[in-house]
Amino acid sequence: MSSPTIRPAPVRKSITVKADAARAFEVFTGRIGSWWPRTHCIAASPQKDVVLEPKVGGRWFEIGEDGSQCNWGKVLAWEPPARVLLAWQIGADWKYDPDLITEVEVTFTPIGGGATRVDLEHRNLERFGDKIETVRNAIDSEGGWTGILKVYAAAVEAGASS
Amino acid sequence: MPNAAAALAALADPTRRQIFERLASGPRAVGEIARGLPVTRPAVSQHLAVLKSAGLVKDQAAGTRRIYEIDPKGLGTIRAWIDQFWDTALASFKDEVEGTKGKR
Repeated sequence: MSSPTIRPAPVRKSITVKADAARAFEVFTGRIGSWWPRTHCIAASPQKDVVLEPKVGGRWFEIGEDGSQCNWGKVLAWEPPARVLLAWQIGADWKYDPDLITEVEVTFTPIGGGATRVDLEHRNLERFGDKIETVRNAIDSEGGWTGILKVYAAAVEAGASS
Repeated sequence: MPNAAAALAALADPTRRQIFERLASGPRAVGEIARGLPVTRPAVSQHLAVLKSAGLVKDQAAGTRRIYEIDPKGLGTIRAWIDQFWDTALASFKDEVEGTKGKR
């Protein structure tokens, strides 16, 4: 039954900024809307701001020009100024999916001279594929079309024999 | 694992992207995919061949027709997109941290 699992390697990025960890953390989280690329929005309306609520369980969402909000994910760990763990819940179809969790971990490490190294890891990328398989399995399963067709066939047969 | 660069290059063409997006809703035959597109059916077949070699779609024969669908193993595309995205985002983040220092 099981097909070979495809596990894409996590995306890892590292960047050094000339700022202390507290400031780097603050800009990354509290002012995410000031640097987030405007071209990447999933809502119908153009993106006006991006918000990350500063607590575990906090929402991560974008606000459109028309005031509409579009969820992206949530905060899984909040450890200022050293680490933040986010759930990126946008699927391969570029839509928010509350059942999908891919993790984005960002750490802020002081490296001396007032600079901070920011390491980012976006992992569990294989889950994008799991979702596609889940959808496929649901369609193939007894609860999906297979089951519906069985019930249909039974109804047809019952009708034919009565 | 498909080549992410090939996948991205394949999707850089607007017609191919349109074809790929058509398959997002489910498997389709070539004729169905071609319907309403401003290109000939042979051209659609060629685009599909490029998408297939990039690992984005797969096909199977159904009688005399070929049915195409998105290859879920084509995760390289998504990974590549995310990889590029974070490059852009972090460069912008660095500018923001360093460029606006002391201006607040």
